[in-house]
Amino acid sequence: MRSLRSAGLLAVVAVTTAVAATLTACSGDSQDNADGKTVVNVTIDPGLEQGAIDAFEARVAQFESANSTIDIVPKEYKWEGTTFTAQLAGGTLPDVFTVPFTDGRGLIERKQIADISGLVAGLPYAEKFNENIARAGSSDDGRIWAVPIAAYGQALHYNRTLFTQAGLDPDDPPSSWDEVRSAARQIAERTGQAGYAQMTSGNTGGWMLVTLAYAMGGRAESIDGDRATSTIDTPEMARVLQTLRTMRWDDNSMGANFLYEWGTINQDFAAGRIGMHASGGGNYGSLTAQNAMKPEDYGVTVLPLADDADAGVLGGGTLAAVNAKASDAVRAAAVKWIDFYYMSKLITEEAAVLDAKTTADSGQAVGAPELPVFDKATFDQRQRWISEYVNVPLEQMTPYTDEMFDQPLIPEPTRSTQEVYGLLDPVVQAVLTDRDADVSALLRDAEAQAQALLDRR
Amino acid sequence: MTTAPTVAGPALATAVAPRPPRPRRRRTPVTWVRGGGLGTVLFLLPMLAVFLVFSWLPIVQAVVMSVQETNLVTAPVFVGLDNFRAVLADPLLWTAVRNTLWFAFLALLIGYPIPLVAAVLMSEVRRFKGLYSALAYLPVVIPPVVAVLLWKFFYDAGPNGVFNTLLGGVGLGPVPWLQDASTAMFSLVVQATWAAAGGTMIIYLAALTAVAPELYEAAELDGASVWHKVWHVTLPQLRGVLLITFVLQIVGTAQVFLEPFLFTGGGPANSTTTILLLIYDYAFANSLGGDYGAATALSLMLAVVLAVFSAIYFRLTRSWSAG
Repeated sequence: MRSLRSAGLLAVVAVTTAVAATLTACSGDSQDNADGKTVVNVTIDPGLEQGAIDAFEARVAQFESANSTIDIVPKEYKWEGTTFTAQLAGGTLPDVFTVPFTDGRGLIERKQIADISGLVAGLPYAEKFNENIARAGSSDDGRIWAVPIAAYGQALHYNRTLFTQAGLDPDDPPSSWDEVRSAARQIAERTGQAGYAQMTSGNTGGWMLVTLAYAMGGRAESIDGDRATSTIDTPEMARVLQTLRTMRWDDNSMGANFLYEWGTINQDFAAGRIGMHASGGGNYGSLTAQNAMKPEDYGVTVLPLADDADAGVLGGGTLAAVNAKASDAVRAAAVKWIDFYYMSKLITEEAAVLDAKTTADSGQAVGAPELPVFDKATFDQRQRWISEYVNVPLEQMTPYTDEMFDQPLIPEPTRSTQEVYGLLDPVVQAVLTDRDADVSALLRDAEAQAQALLDRR
Repeated sequence: MTTAPTVAGPALATAVAPRPPRPRRRRTPVTWVRGGGLGTVLFLLPMLAVFLVFSWLPIVQAVVMSVQETNLVTAPVFVGLDNFRAVLADPLLWTAVRNTLWFAFLALLIGYPIPLVAAVLMSEVRRFKGLYSALAYLPVVIPPVVAVLLWKFFYDAGPNGVFNTLLGGVGLGPVPWLQDASTAMFSLVVQATWAAAGGTMIIYLAALTAVAPELYEAAELDGASVWHKVWHVTLPQLRGVLLITFVLQIVGTAQVFLEPFLFTGGGPANSTTTILLLIYDYAFANSLGGDYGAATALSLMLAVVLAVFSAIYFRLTRSWSAG
């Protein structure tokens, strides 16, 4: 009995020690390694081909040989709304990570990313950013906290095969909303698929409603000094919703799913169940890589704009940011990495070619439409450098690429963006699922709620 | 050590002399350690540590967070009861409460009797009982996310959706299922019932085995029909279990999250936004990290309401349960 008790005691002590050791191990996070080097956790896309991983590691080796006091440690990361929230709250984001433009201003306002503006200001191209693009990563006083690394404008994606089956010319896509409506009806009638579909869930309903309102000449907010006013209850927003209502209830051309978000609408679009939908102009890569869309099915054109001086295209893109918990040394090293890895391929030939070759070799899309982060001349120069590696069907994208630079690019709303998008989701859903939805009342309520959000800020 | 009586029975009980009280030994720290007290505490420590870190600490943190404004990155600010006021002033809260009550009512209407009826029928089956039980329990072992994705195909609102194809065969539909505010909640309840009924049915089946067969034989001798046997024998014998499953169902449906989250995201137009989904949305719908204070405030309010409901329910039904 005594020996049993001793063994039990030993077991208890061992387990307690193990638990304590585990908890202790969880609580620490060193920023310097044993060699005294500054350790920087950077992101690498999950699920890459071995070739792409090798190329990434080669870039890491190049960086480390040029910066002998920095140790780069890759961590798998891809921005997704819900996981990002958890990582942000849990403090487990890498030191350098990427976020969409939508979140830039909010992260800066809440001081949830590091202020690296002083370091960014020291980069040779700091003054050359496209002003509209840089605004997504800047604070109210114009300092750049997060570096824009890619940009796009919203576009109208269409399925060329469905167009052909419906008797439409895939090389002459709709250029007005009346033509979109007519094409949608024809696709629905002749193929049985949704002629036009719209994202409505997970804040994408608001994102798309604001996109279409911009195209009609509307806005979602107006800023006067520090005061933001919600401008949701407007004729432009009402016009968008009336157009959707007509397509849904009169034409019956919007299919049967009215709860799409970004991932599910891409799935159905790639599967040939949707004729047209609006989304980011650079989506080709994810449609082919993640949704196995056949390249020959894909078509894209500019979003039709109303005949209104204020009509424009909602812009978006990707920002590189630094973890708010990073030390000064890590912040400095992180900005060096952003400059080396994300920015050099936009402005130096060697890096541009290496990146394009690596991407093409790993079977990913090179040459999908995007907008310039800097000026058009720098953008064109890079396109020439990488032209040898372009592997996307450029001909099918000309309706978009021929005109995308002529459309005014308008940044997203800057105040409480996600929250405002979120409260617009049910507005769009109501119009698409309730024939008797009162558009005026919905917009009036949404504006009151949005104003309350803006005032709370 | 005492010797156990070799013959048991009420008659003997009166013959056994009452046992004299044991002399009390003085308990000191030394006797406590020698008696194994220290070992007991040490054995408890790992479990206590795990509970402390992963259960109690988060609860305490939630209480603290409910009176703070925090984004979990910058320093939190004490805001008193502002989060509770903000939640109570949110018009979406009352929509969520209504939707949750509607879900609970539908689940009670559809989901509560089905396992009971199935268990009673199953208990009458003579052949392949194990097979039927396994089939009924199968949905419970399917991972919930997989089940929901499967049902999403069934609920496809187009004329080619699985259910709509079946309905089309008899000249009905297509039904919009999840795509219409009037049918979305009902669709969620049907799937939730399918997913959970097997587990409850197994509980009823186990309880039914404890019902004395003599009661049914006596009822049959009295000329009772099947319905009378169920009403006068089965249900009264199961009342303890029915009571527990009722409370568990109410608590479970008040916390419904998975189905609205995965099927509809709360739509269309907030028609399936439940209290737990609202809590989730407060905290996570905004990718910047939302209002953790409001999320924890609403969580605490829900916990208190459920605790009070359970206490009142058990109090009111104590005599029925004991009887």
